[in-house]
Parts: sequence; C-alpha cells; structure tokens
Amino acid sequence: MTAEGGVQYSKIAEIKGPLVIVDDVENAAFDELVEVETKDGERRLGKVLEVGNGKAIVQVFEGTTGLSIAATNAKFVGKVMEMPVSREVLGRVFDGLGRPKDGLPDPIADKFIDINGEPMNPEQREYPKDFIQTGVSVIDGMITLVRGQKLPIFSGSGMSHNLLAAQIARQASVIGTQDDFAVVFAAIGVQYSEAEYFRRSLEESGALKRSVLFLNTADDPAIERIITPRVALTVAEYLAFELGMHVLVILTDMTNYAEALREISAAREEVPGRKGYPGYLYTDLSTIYERAGKLNGKKGSVTQVPILSMPSDDITHPIPDLTGYITEGQIVLGRDLFRQGVYPPVNILMSLSRLMKDGIGEGSTRADHGEISNQVYDAYSRAQEVRALAGIVGKAGLTEIDLKYMDVGDVFENEFLSQATDENRTIEETLGILWKIVSKLPKNEITKIKDKYVEQYYKEE
Amino acid sequence: MAAQGRIVWVSGPAVRADGMSEAKMYETVTVGDSKLVGEVIRLTGDVAFIQVYESTSGLKPGEPVVGTGNPLSVLLGPGIIGQLYDGIQRPLRALSEASGSFIGRGITTTPVDMTKKYHFVPSVSNGDEVAAGNVIGIVQETDLIEHSIMVPPDHKGGKISNLVSEGDYDLETVLATTDGEGGNIELKMYHRWPVRKPRPYKNRYDPTVPLLTGQRVIDTFFPIAKGGTGSIPGAFGTGKTVTLHQIAKWADSQVVVYIGCGERGNEMTEVLVEFPHLKDPRSGKPLMDRTVLVANTSNMPVAAREASIYTGVTIAEYYRDMGKDVVLVADSTSRWAEALREMSGRLEEMPAEEGYPSYLASRLAEFYERAGRVRAAGSPDRDGSVTLIGAVSPSGGDFTEPVTTHTMRFIKTFWALDAKLAYSRHYPSINWMNSYSGYLADIAKWWGENINEDWLSLRSEVYGVLQREDTLKEIVRLLGPEALPDEEKLILEVARMVKIGLLQQNSFDDVDTYCSPEKQYKLMKLLVDFYKKGQQAIKEGTPLADIRAMKSITTLLKARMDVKDDEMPKLDQLDADMQEEFKSITGVKVSN
Repeated sequence: MTAEGGVQYSKIAEIKGPLVIVDDVENAAFDELVEVETKDGERRLGKVLEVGNGKAIVQVFEGTTGLSIAATNAKFVGKVMEMPVSREVLGRVFDGLGRPKDGLPDPIADKFIDINGEPMNPEQREYPKDFIQTGVSVIDGMITLVRGQKLPIFSGSGMSHNLLAAQIARQASVIGTQDDFAVVFAAIGVQYSEAEYFRRSLEESGALKRSVLFLNTADDPAIERIITPRVALTVAEYLAFELGMHVLVILTDMTNYAEALREISAAREEVPGRKGYPGYLYTDLSTIYERAGKLNGKKGSVTQVPILSMPSDDITHPIPDLTGYITEGQIVLGRDLFRQGVYPPVNILMSLSRLMKDGIGEGSTRADHGEISNQVYDAYSRAQEVRALAGIVGKAGLTEIDLKYMDVGDVFENEFLSQATDENRTIEETLGILWKIVSKLPKNEITKIKDKYVEQYYKEE
Repeated sequence: MAAQGRIVWVSGPAVRADGMSEAKMYETVTVGDSKLVGEVIRLTGDVAFIQVYESTSGLKPGEPVVGTGNPLSVLLGPGIIGQLYDGIQRPLRALSEASGSFIGRGITTTPVDMTKKYHFVPSVSNGDEVAAGNVIGIVQETDLIEHSIMVPPDHKGGKISNLVSEGDYDLETVLATTDGEGGNIELKMYHRWPVRKPRPYKNRYDPTVPLLTGQRVIDTFFPIAKGGTGSIPGAFGTGKTVTLHQIAKWADSQVVVYIGCGERGNEMTEVLVEFPHLKDPRSGKPLMDRTVLVANTSNMPVAAREASIYTGVTIAEYYRDMGKDVVLVADSTSRWAEALREMSGRLEEMPAEEGYPSYLASRLAEFYERAGRVRAAGSPDRDGSVTLIGAVSPSGGDFTEPVTTHTMRFIKTFWALDAKLAYSRHYPSINWMNSYSGYLADIAKWWGENINEDWLSLRSEVYGVLQREDTLKEIVRLLGPEALPDEEKLILEVARMVKIGLLQQNSFDDVDTYCSPEKQYKLMKLLVDFYKKGQQAIKEGTPLADIRAMKSITTLLKARMDVKDDEMPKLDQLDADMQEEFKSITGVKVSN
C-alpha cells in the first residue's frame, strides 16, 4: 500500500453485489469518495459505507460487473463526493453521477459542493407562501403548489404523470413577477423515451437553456441512482441560494431510487424493514425531499415535484407511504379516471397540498379560494358516495338532492378536471369553474362558505 | 478521570472506539478532530459503542474520543421559553450564527444566554434550612412565565447563607450557598439534569381536570386530563400535525413543549413564524411566550432524534416542578422508534417485530410514565402536571404495527385519525367510533360543576345518534336511504348535522379555530334540541322533507364559524328561532 498526500491505493479483499471490501486500509474516512481502478485503467466511482479495523466497505456506483480481486485497486480520494457547479451548468445534460453527457467539455467550476448537502436549519427557513400558478385547474384550485414546497406525484405504471409534470414545468409562473427561474430534471432509472419526452418538451417551450438535465436511464447502472437525485439537488441548491433563481426540481422515478437503496441494504445483510426495504428508508428519503425550501435572506427557492410509481397502485406501499410522511402533500393519479380518458386523472380526494392554506386567499389568489375549494371537496366526496349508492339501488332510489350531487360529480370531472396538455388556465378561470360547480347545489347545502361570498359568486342556473 | 480513546470503526451514526475503559454508560463524549457530540450506549472490554448526534461524514479511524464525565444533560434555568432547540438542547439560532443557513458540525454553544440578567426576588432568608426542590426565589422569565428558582433535586439539603438581595443577576451569579452534608454548594439560577432520569416529586394525583384544547371533538367527545397521556395515530395526510399544532396553540396550560421529532423542517418554521403573532386566548399574550420548541427534523442526524424526546420531557418536568401545567407534544414517536431501530440494527441486536428492538415497548412505557399530575418536591407546596401527547405515524396507516399497538398499552386517550374522513375533508379526521378516552368519567364531573350538570347526558345523547347512524349506514348501503322510515332518516340527518356543525372544525378559520367550553356545550345542546323536536314533529305527522327544508339548519351548521365566543346570546336567539320554525312547520305548539 502506498500513501501520498492523503491518497492511498489498496487491494480488494471481497466483491459482493454492488459492494467491494477493501483490505489494509489505514486512512480512509466514512463517506469518503473512492476510485476503483481496473488493470486496464477503467475507473469507477464509489463511496465508503463503513470503515474500521483495517477494512472498508465500499459501494461502487457503476456496479461491480467485470471487477476482479487480483486486478483491481481502490484509491481513497481524501474527500467526499463533490459536484462542480457554476452558472454554466444551465442548458447542459449530465449523466447520473454528474458527468457531461452531451459531448461538451466539463463546465468550468465556480466551486465544488458536497453532494450530500447539509440539513437546512429550521430556524433559517422562510415559510413558503408564494402561490405558483401552474395553469392546471385541479392543482391551482384544489392542491395549490407554492414556492419551496415538495409536492410529489403518486402515479402508477403507464399513467400520464410525465405529461402532467412536463406541463407544470412549462407553465409554472408566479403572477406578477419576472424572477429568474430554472428547471432541474433528474431521470432516475426511467426509460430513455420518457427522459427524451421531457427534454423535447423543455426544448419546444424554449426552457431548455434554463434547464439542467441529469439522466440515469433504465439501462444505466442501478447503484448510480443513489447519487443522481443528490447531484441534481446540489445543483438546484446552488442555483437557488447562490444565484438567486427559483428552481423547479423534477425527480422521476423515486421508486427506482428506493429499489437501488434496497439492493445495497440487502448486500450489506442488514435487518430489513417492510417489504425488504431498509429500516432507514424514511430517514434516507428525507435527506432528499427536505432539500426543498426557501431560506431567510436568500432570494431563490427550491421547489420539488418528485414522481413515483406506486407498485400495483398501492398507496400503502412503503415508498409512497414514507414519501407522503415527508412531503408537503401529494398529487395522486387515479386509475379509474385515467381509464375514462380524463387528463389530468387526479384523484382529488386522496390528494392534498399542506402549504395551500398559506399560499391562497386575499392578496395572492382570492379571498374565497379556501372556502370554495373546501366546499367542492365536500361536494365531490358526496358525489362519489351517491355514485356508489346508485350502483346498488339504481338512480330511481336516489333523492332529488342526491341527483344534484351526481351532477356535481360530472361537471367537476368534465369541465374542471379535464383540460388539454397545452391549456393554461388563469386562477380566475379556475375559481370561476369551481363556483359553477357549487352553483349546481341549492344554497342550503353550502355550509362551508361564508354568506358574503355566496352572495357575491353564487349563480343559480 | 475522563476516558480518552481512539476511533476504530465508523458506520453512519455509529462509532466504536477503544481505550475507553474509563467511560461510563450514557456518558457524553466528543468524537473525532471536529469534536462531534456523542453518547456511549454499550461497553465491551475497553471498546465503547457510541451514537453520534451529528453527521459522521469524513470521520476516520484513529481520531480521538474524549469523555466528558457527565451523562447527557439539559441546562434548566430562565431563558428556555421561546427557544428553538435541536435534539441535544443546542439553540438553532446560535447554530445559524455559527454556520449560516445550513447546520454545521462540532459547534458548541450554551442553551440559554448566560449573561442575560433577570430580576431575582428571594423567598428565603439566610439561615433557612432548605431541601431539594425548595424554591429560593423567583424571576420573571417572560410576560407569561414566573420562573421559580429551585434547589436542584439531587441536593442533599442544608442551611442558606450568602443570599443575595433582590436585584438583577445573570445566570452565573451565585445566589446563595448552602452548607450541610454535601459541603458548601453554590446555588445559581440554573442547574443541569440528566435527560434519561425522571425528575423526582413528592406524590402523584389522579388526573381529573380536563386539559381544554378548544377543539370540540377532543374536549366534548374524547377529552384528555391534565397530567394524562394521549396518542394520535394516523396515516399521512390525515391531519396529525394540524391537530397537534391546534393543541399546542390553544391548550389551557402554562407551558407548551413541542417536539418535532424526525418531521418536516417547514412545520417547525411554521410554528416559529406563527406563534409569536398568535395570542393566548386567556392572557392575550403571544403564544411564543409560553412555548419551547425542540426540533430534530427528519434529515437531521438520527441519534439526536432519539435524544430529542428526553430533552423535551425533562424540560417539561422542570416547569411542572414550578407548579405549572405543561403540555408536551411529540410529533412523531414513530420516528423516534425508527431511530431506536436504526441504532439497534447497527449494534447488531436481535430484532423483535418489524426489526424494532425488543425494548421498544419498555422505552415507550418509560416515556409515557413521565406524564402525571404531581405535588412537587420541596416547599412551598406546588402542584403541576405534565400531559404527554404523542403522534404515531403507522406505516401504511395500519394500526396493528408495533409502535401503535405498544403505545395503546400505555396511554389513556386515543384519537384515531381516519384517512377516509380526511379524504372527504372532514377535519379533524378523528374517527368517533374508534377513538376513546379513559378520562371521560372523571372529567364529566368538571363539566357538570363548571358548565352545566346535564353535560354528560347531552354528550351521551349525541354520541348515541352517531352510533345509531353507524348501524343504519349499513342498511342504506344495501337498500338505499328510501328503505328507512322517517324516524330513522331523521337520525341520519341529525348525524350529518352533528358531523358538520360540531365534530368538524376549521383550524384555519379565525373564529372556528378555538371553541370555548360554553360554546361547545351550547352547540351540542342546540343539536340535541333539534333532534328531540324533530322526533316529536315526525311522530305528529310532519313530513321529513319539511324538517330538512328548515332555514335554521344552515344557520345552526354555520354557527361554529359565525358566532364568536363572546356572542353567546346569538346562540340563544338561534335556539328561539328554531323553536319558532318548528312551530310553523308542525302547526302545533311544541312543548319544551
């Protein structure tokens, strides 16, 4: 073993799944970056998961295929993994580890930042409350997104989450501001065609030069996916908090990330939690999702829209479950609506935006926004009950008021929920449709709205 | 002598060091060149197993580990109220001064400002015999908090001498000394206490006084007592955090300790931003003047999350010992249990259910046992209480998972949150069929004496309607609502009104967010009256449709938002209008 200036070369003792165990280690640190070098000069990156008693367990991001014990060396780099950042990253495409993938040279680095980031001090956070108009009625009206929020899309295989996320990325704006914005897109183990759809969509809307893309597609190494969201968020934090930009981060698909994590946990023979996922899945996911927010005294913001596909559409599966406990709400896509051809097929009853209450109302959207949306939630939920009942007793068994609620359900889905992928509705249009829905009901059914708003906006047909 | 060893192994928050034969269990140590804070959790030979409260990224074998000789302790003295601490009582404000917007490592700071002066008024004299727990004087900590300076609980007792006179002193000033068994001991405005050791008290009382939270479904249906224990489990999106924030805002206690244990950063920010602007409904002072926050958000180091619960409860006990009612809210105990699980896994202990350690149940029991209404140690006599309310975040919303099931064994009030109710925006989504309160019988006495003696019978009446509805719903599901006779349809109608007009409460509405006990009672009475009049009207042949069309219904359902706490006569007027309307639809005089 040789050591020079904190850099050392060591022999491999064992290779096991994505892990290599390095022997005769003297000066390695926990979390340190490792270069694994084969005899013919190929270099792969990894990091130290555990170190002690002369051994280090190293996770190799690009996989261990083709490595041999005799012909492989490990080099401890003397620092944790860092991402070079500067304004020049805008408009560039990188691979899942943050290396250029567009054939251009490395961007000139302004600084190098530890990709793991540090936890934001809650005392220094600024509470998010700037309404983002996405132009998608169901989001603006019922599940409002605000700057600095983390609001995931819970989808299922084959559903239109990519269309929706791309539409949000194209249309999102804060009314009355001309702030600098940027999109950071991280593809985590998705098909090439999905990543390409996003790139094209950003290109067509002219947003590509304000975007940074990180692509780990389905045929790229799985373990690399542990790193992809972290390099993407490191760049996002730099753009937001050092350059003052408002950054929208789209991470797709977090399910693939969690599976990579499970693979490593299994290789380390850890005691598994639910469905074989490690017990620290919650904590690990939080180190990604909590990197959204706004900070006191800084101009920019990081807003996250992670996408995850729920295995078998099961919202109680550990990945959506733990995600929902960390994120500030969720946009849930419904299989039934999707089958009916509704776009976006958002199941509003299961969806929620926790920061909505502070982003809406007088001064940002309109004073009646909160109450009208509550009333529509209530009415749509009644409509679903009535529909279920009608399935059993038939329409003839329904009361007059029940029939009105059925009507509410139809208008909600056909006129409010449904919209074209290039249709950009203003918040006034959105609220107008909500009042149209509520106006289908007699006044005495309106229990969640103050009388003054009812007088102002209710229009009986 | 303090232990001095070297790191031999690092894996995440777990570190092993050798040369540690001098170390004691649960001693705090500094780890590595950057002096991270850690705690010894296992000793084998001269190897200590240490959980580190800060990120260990970059830590190397060979770096030093130094013992402090003390167990993990908190500093207890004036200046705690209004602070936002991390899991080991470091003020996050001071951390941001040292490291900016993100939390750096290896920062040492004092939990309170040691140089701030408080006006001390002694309540003893030189020559007085004092014992552990005795109050020697008071300082005004905030507008709301009169802070008793107490002889530390581990003091052996002795005679007071060198007592300072009334005046302004900082925390390091020696206020008095005592002689006696323990030798000369200096008494200051603060002392330290190990977090894992409950503070002693004289004796315990049964909790019989309700903790009024201004939340109708809690106070009226599933009350909790001062000094009691409660748990609020629910899947994500069911409104746990909002409910807990509501309790922290409006509970009639003198001190609130809010622990954000492995939860969202923005939630703590929300409290920090909102509480200074909210007024305590009883004193009119900002709520922050009675609140302490302990924040170890989900992305902060996991070991400090384990400690945060103990840090919080020790602070709560300290204020209890001054004779105050303290509410401690822990959101969420599941994340604390996960921290236990993670450390247990790294210790390679044999796991019990779902990978949790076998001591999960006993740790939960120990925690909830620190609740109680007590007579504090020492004189003068002081009665205080610590009420413990823990959120549980069951995976997949499944209440049969280990943290929920074990918690249920140690608490008496159970507020079961229901995803179905939340999906239909019925908030708070506390399910009235699955929730319970073990304090109801004791607390009913208080309502009977302070509000109205028929409180319990009205509550049973309303609860009965909800129970009947639950059975009838099954029939409706099979046959449709038209299959029911009018009397039973009326029950469905009244149940709907109870849900909208009483159980539901809008935390974001200026009026509805807090409901006084009088208003809770009157709303309940109005609904019972409506039910009785409706029953009678139907018996006399009035069609249900006429009752449903009554104008009073909408007014009644909106009363929770429209009628302020100081406008109770409006509810009496509503009652009178309702009687009139019944008269007009039945055409006969309805007896009272």
